[in-house]
Amino acid sequence: MTSKKTNQTKNFIHSLPQNIFSGFVVSLIALPLGLGLAIASDAPPISGIIAAVVGGIVVSILGGSNVTITGPGNGLVIVLLGAITTLANGDLYQGYLFTLAAIVFSGGLMLLLGFLKMGRLADFFPASAIEGMLSAIGLGILAKQFHIMIGHNNEHGSILSLLLQIPNGIMNLLSSDNTAEHVAGGIGVLSLLIMIYYSKIRNQYFQLIPAPMWILILTVGFSYILVPMNIPYPMEPSFLVDIPKNVFSNLAFPDFSMVLEQEFLVVVFAITLISSIESLLSIKAVDKLDPENRRSNVNKDLKALGVATIASGLLGGLNVVTVIARSSVNVNNRATNRTSNLFHGLFLVLFVLLFQEQLRKIPLAALAAILVYTGYKLATPKNFRKIAKIGKEQIIIFLTTLITTLFTNLITGISAGIMITILIHILINKSFALFFSHLFKPNVLLFKEQIGGNYYVSVKYFCSFLNFYKLKYKLDMIPESEDVILDFSMCSFVDHTVMEGLESYADTFTGKGGSLEIIGLDKHEADSIHPFAIRKIIPFRTLKPIERYFTKRQKQLKATAKEYQWNYIPKKSSNTHFLDHFVFFKTRKINYLYNHLSDPNGIFNVFDVEFTEGEFIAKEVVKTTIVHVHLQEPIPIFSLDREGLLHFVYHLAGFEDLDIENHPDFNKRFYLSGEDIPALKHLFTDELILFFESNPYYHVESNGTTLLIQKKERLLSVQEIKAMIYFAQQLNHVLQPIEEIV
Amino acid sequence: MYTGHQSFRKILFGFAFSPKLNINLLETIRIAHFFNAKLILLHVGEKTEKKEYEINALIKEIEPNGLSIDIQWKEGNPIKTIRKACVEFNIDLLVLGALQHENMYRFYVGSIARKLTRQVSCSVLLLIRPSEIRVPCNHLVVNGLNAPDTPNTIANAFYVANTLGAKQITIVEEILNKEIHVEVEDLRSLKRASIIKERLKNREESRVRKIVGALPKIYTQSIKINNQSIFGKRGYSIGHYAEVVRADLLVMNAPSKSTIFDRIFPHDIEYILSDLPTDLLIIRNEP
Repeated sequence: MTSKKTNQTKNFIHSLPQNIFSGFVVSLIALPLGLGLAIASDAPPISGIIAAVVGGIVVSILGGSNVTITGPGNGLVIVLLGAITTLANGDLYQGYLFTLAAIVFSGGLMLLLGFLKMGRLADFFPASAIEGMLSAIGLGILAKQFHIMIGHNNEHGSILSLLLQIPNGIMNLLSSDNTAEHVAGGIGVLSLLIMIYYSKIRNQYFQLIPAPMWILILTVGFSYILVPMNIPYPMEPSFLVDIPKNVFSNLAFPDFSMVLEQEFLVVVFAITLISSIESLLSIKAVDKLDPENRRSNVNKDLKALGVATIASGLLGGLNVVTVIARSSVNVNNRATNRTSNLFHGLFLVLFVLLFQEQLRKIPLAALAAILVYTGYKLATPKNFRKIAKIGKEQIIIFLTTLITTLFTNLITGISAGIMITILIHILINKSFALFFSHLFKPNVLLFKEQIGGNYYVSVKYFCSFLNFYKLKYKLDMIPESEDVILDFSMCSFVDHTVMEGLESYADTFTGKGGSLEIIGLDKHEADSIHPFAIRKIIPFRTLKPIERYFTKRQKQLKATAKEYQWNYIPKKSSNTHFLDHFVFFKTRKINYLYNHLSDPNGIFNVFDVEFTEGEFIAKEVVKTTIVHVHLQEPIPIFSLDREGLLHFVYHLAGFEDLDIENHPDFNKRFYLSGEDIPALKHLFTDELILFFESNPYYHVESNGTTLLIQKKERLLSVQEIKAMIYFAQQLNHVLQPIEEIV
Repeated sequence: MYTGHQSFRKILFGFAFSPKLNINLLETIRIAHFFNAKLILLHVGEKTEKKEYEINALIKEIEPNGLSIDIQWKEGNPIKTIRKACVEFNIDLLVLGALQHENMYRFYVGSIARKLTRQVSCSVLLLIRPSEIRVPCNHLVVNGLNAPDTPNTIANAFYVANTLGAKQITIVEEILNKEIHVEVEDLRSLKRASIIKERLKNREESRVRKIVGALPKIYTQSIKINNQSIFGKRGYSIGHYAEVVRADLLVMNAPSKSTIFDRIFPHDIEYILSDLPTDLLIIRNEP
């Protein structure tokens, strides 16, 4: 125990320099962004820095994640801006004080959410609705900041009217004769160009400093160049960042006099909602970037963010949220633990103390340019194209959320997104009952399979954003180094949010040496070929060609075929008569086979078959994966079965049981039966028996000229298929050692 | 621990004149044959000549050679009448036809079966898919809950498995997630939870092994016995499991009427009753 502790301390000290460095680089971005986000919210610039400093210190001590960075978030700009400008009827400073109170309250709510273990909150929103909301936020930031970037500080209005004024604003700038506006506009456009082209410049020294910091250095440097040339600075203070003379004695404190008013409570609710969603989504995304593949404790992080937000609000700062862009810079600079977040906060304090004079020389237009770029990134048309590819219904969800948010507010927007998603799901399935009679029922089964020891998860009824948390709860219980098979064959509807969420689970499992494979979606129809598209089973329409909606499993089978240089035919084929001679299929009616893999010589064939068991109402459709091997030489007919379940069928077929002498263990574990007992005794040599004993269990049946091998009465994952192919090849080798052909 | 099992000597089948009556009857008579039991057919409703002729014709068609069949006619509320009849005729097993999925149209029939299941004093067999041709019963799933009724239920499951010629019994131990006492939030809690789960699993399996070990060898020797522990919602997981492994019969403890006992064994069976995965046998101890 002690040695483990010393080792940890050693590691911690060893990694400290790189964490300090990473914290430094992040603070270079956090400084301009903190100032900018505060200005964009119409709050005093310093409030953004306060949020970053408090966040860095508090969350690094109390938090449950590893390499995240906390500070003011861009998602909140629109809500805060709305609150500050409206709460005191246009009096910005008073509005800011009221908003601070709302921030303190929302911190309390986040703390509560953490204690209630609501870390899964982010899952209750449809993915496309969240995309729509983020785009709306991006447009909101871009619309306002664009005007400031070109030197027009006093444009006000709704997001849409601001967007529509942009061409007008450009015309005005060109025709105006105000030098300050021209200079500000010039600086703004140049800064924007730096932001856009920064990543294209491949110079390692240039890349040492992040783009936003370059903008600050260049613009502040510009003002210093003018001094020796005796040229007065061409911009009035209204175009520059305003930082109080003495930061620490000029802190603002919240005004709690509006606490009970409805308007205030709506703001608290909106801030809490957005900051929780932004934080939770960022934490999830950063966990995927973490090179050590750790899992963040989201509830602990929520609590820490709550405490930090309360502290920040009391000191006059904005909300503290987990931010993705700064966190990814943190990871890229090889941060390993939370100390980088702490140092990012400490460096910010240092900057404010040392460079107060210089900070006051930063033009607003430069910061606005940084924000315009951020806003554009959130609302980039690429997002829209990405969503359009997934499916038509996702466009509707996205646009509904986006447009509603633009015309009203974020809460209404996201609510509209949720409503339209539910409506679309009901329309697609033509069923209201599917969702509402099963919504509160459990629908997930998880157990560890006895054979193979992998985890098996089965989902019933439907799986959408409404009940994804149930599935996630089960998946979270599985160590990521294990193999998981997720079966949707009993589930008639799977939505985009779930498909996307599962993809991220699959990534995490693969990253940690496990695997997560989805089976049972082959029968579900999809509108597009995108892997995240909605999957649904519609009764009476299930007989469409399978190739139209390729599943991930089918893609992997294709890849496997390529790897082995085998052939792969996904198409359904009803030519299944060659299987009729197996006793296993005597009482079962085969409908078709599909996903057919075969080696170039046609000796080994792997395919999924669908067969029915029983008759009339008792009819049940079963799918299973089978290896079929053509033997060069005939061998006796036999069946090797462990369960003894098919026993009676074999008796009907005239098979006799056979115990092999001197192999009690084998006899105990397997039921061997066949027609020609002496020939079988000859076939089951010690070598073959050892082979069966030392390999995983498969059901093996011989009809004289071909072998049928199967594992379970369900479809197998690609990993299991590979293992089964290997088994088949080895068995074929033991049964019929290939003579060297010259 | 092994206190003997029930034997189903008297079977009651409540019938109504539905299009599926002949198949239901066929299946019930088949079952009565297996258990070598006396079969009482009960119709709740008016006795008319036409009905009497119809049912006799059906029985004649099936040719239940050697089976003792008694037809009873009673009028009144179906639930009350059947419940009383179970006591009156000293019935061991009540057979009911159920519908696999309840929807608006079929709810009425289903609700009678549900109410009866909860109220009668004997064991209940709910058939979801009676079949003209016998579908062999191969695989039984039985609950291995930590409850006073469980040893008896497992004993009965083995009795039924032997009688029906089943080859495999899976005993499912449903373990509540809250027994883990650790909320999985990060890697450390996940590791701790995994260790505790393994421990719980071993504990439950050894408890069930003891129950099975106490059974007479003659019941257990020819049957393959599996143990499967599942962490999840009680009563739901076993039903879903039975559906996934395509079991032929699910054997469960009876839901208790007592309210104090409810806390130990809450309305678990409701999930299964509202969405029957397979034929369901509910074992109720004699009061």
